[in-house]
Amino acid sequence: MGKLPVEPPSSEITPEGIYKGRREFLKNAALYVGTSAALGGSLWGLVRGGSRADPPLPAADVPPLKTPAPSATGSVAKSAFSTDEEQTPFRDVTTYNNYYELGLDKSDPAQNAGSLRARPWTVRIEGEVKQALTLDIDTLLGWFALEERVYRMRCVETWSMVIPWLGFPLADLIKKVEPTSRAKYVAFETLYDPKQLPGQKSGVLDWPYVEGLRIDEATNPLTMLAVGLYGKSLPGQNGAPLRLVVPWKYGFKGIKSIVKIKFTEAQPSTTWNMAAASEYGFYANVNPNVDHPRWSQENERRIGDITRRKTLMFNGYAEHVAQLYTGMDLKNNY
Amino acid sequence: MELTQEDVAGVPKKRRTLKPGARPWLQPALVTGAGLPALGISVQGALGKLGANPIAEALNAFGLLALALLVASLGCTPVKMVTGAGWVQPLRRTFGLLGFFYAALHVLLYLAVDQGLALKAIAADVVKRPFITVGMAAFLMLVPLAWTSTQAQMVKLGGARWRKLHKLVYIAVPLGVLHFVLRVKKDLTEPVIFGAIVAVLLGVRAVTAMRKKGAAAG
Repeated sequence: MGKLPVEPPSSEITPEGIYKGRREFLKNAALYVGTSAALGGSLWGLVRGGSRADPPLPAADVPPLKTPAPSATGSVAKSAFSTDEEQTPFRDVTTYNNYYELGLDKSDPAQNAGSLRARPWTVRIEGEVKQALTLDIDTLLGWFALEERVYRMRCVETWSMVIPWLGFPLADLIKKVEPTSRAKYVAFETLYDPKQLPGQKSGVLDWPYVEGLRIDEATNPLTMLAVGLYGKSLPGQNGAPLRLVVPWKYGFKGIKSIVKIKFTEAQPSTTWNMAAASEYGFYANVNPNVDHPRWSQENERRIGDITRRKTLMFNGYAEHVAQLYTGMDLKNNY
Repeated sequence: MELTQEDVAGVPKKRRTLKPGARPWLQPALVTGAGLPALGISVQGALGKLGANPIAEALNAFGLLALALLVASLGCTPVKMVTGAGWVQPLRRTFGLLGFFYAALHVLLYLAVDQGLALKAIAADVVKRPFITVGMAAFLMLVPLAWTSTQAQMVKLGGARWRKLHKLVYIAVPLGVLHFVLRVKKDLTEPVIFGAIVAVLLGVRAVTAMRKKGAAAG
């Protein structure tokens, strides 16, 4: 048992003022860090809350596509319609999407596409055709040799991409199903299933998404039904398992996840036209001379570029499609 | 504002600026916190992590941050009126200047990068596109407010004139919301939320002003 501890000399006792000051300083420092983190965190959540994840790969229930046989030189035969422009990276093509059925932000569809099941899948063909039929997607895929086509894609929001699609001309399918002479238009419909496409629970657009083409637009050799991109099955966010690609029209004409193709005598309704008729017409041809009421269509940003480039008439496909619109006022038929 | 040992020892009494209940951490914390997204977006932009369309992403983010901070600035007075917390009032200026900072980044990015300083195209946009006309008008209204935000300018202008000038914010912020409404393709959820908050914040002021008038008349 030792002596009782000696009290430290009074010179070593922290004066009360300094003791309190330190506590005050630490308290203020904690409040500073906490408040800045809380404010910074909530603002960050507001603007970057939904930043993109890696795109899910095509679901395992999709059998691999029979890609076109490589030519003797070892490369896939290139379509005469393909552009040589630099292709937009796969990552951008599959993470920057407008597919409101899978979410409104550009990065949402890639994150939510897991709920969309591409098999089993059937496509109903009806209306003004010799015989209406319901086709299994794999039967349909067996009908045509797939070809790769590298197309420009111009969104009405003034951005664009270059995408290597895999698919077949819509004209081939139309020929096969034999529409009647009364078939003046082709109408398309997206799957309606809020479980698989949860965005359909919101009322932002009328569901299901519907689109349409004039029959001569539908049979133009440029128009294709795509089932893949970059040599693989379409990811959900790009419209698995079957979508329309009409490269001289704004991207929203390229209806995704198609379950119905109907031949009609009257011009079919189209979703964006029903949502805002003054802004989105039936034709929706890419046209730098006809502005969107709220923004210019004169130029576009190619994804990957910093500066903008001039938008081309019919998205650069005028030589193939301009004759479809001879004598038409494209300002009124936007 | 950290305390030095000398302060706490209390020798030069008048240098003890911290009154009890003072919040020396508050303004620096708001500046740091509100500045973090600018830093984060710059870093992500430099690393190529802003997605496929980084210019559009940064433009949208800066615009949204500007609006959020300006709305926070408008919120200070009503919060004080409702809770009686007097320390909230001076934050108007802090939030306002932070909002202006992001509005300036937003406009700068649009002019210099998005449009590549193509003056003709910009002029055409400002004249022809209501959403750009409205946005630009809102920004131009904020410039004199930021310029006269210092104590010295307030004194120079005189309280009454300064207050009158700063009423411009009641026009600029709703115009900012309108700019947002006109820009979106279809989904109006976010702009409508902002619009509703601004409406409430301005409504509180309108009601109070009318009551005061009523009280003065009666």
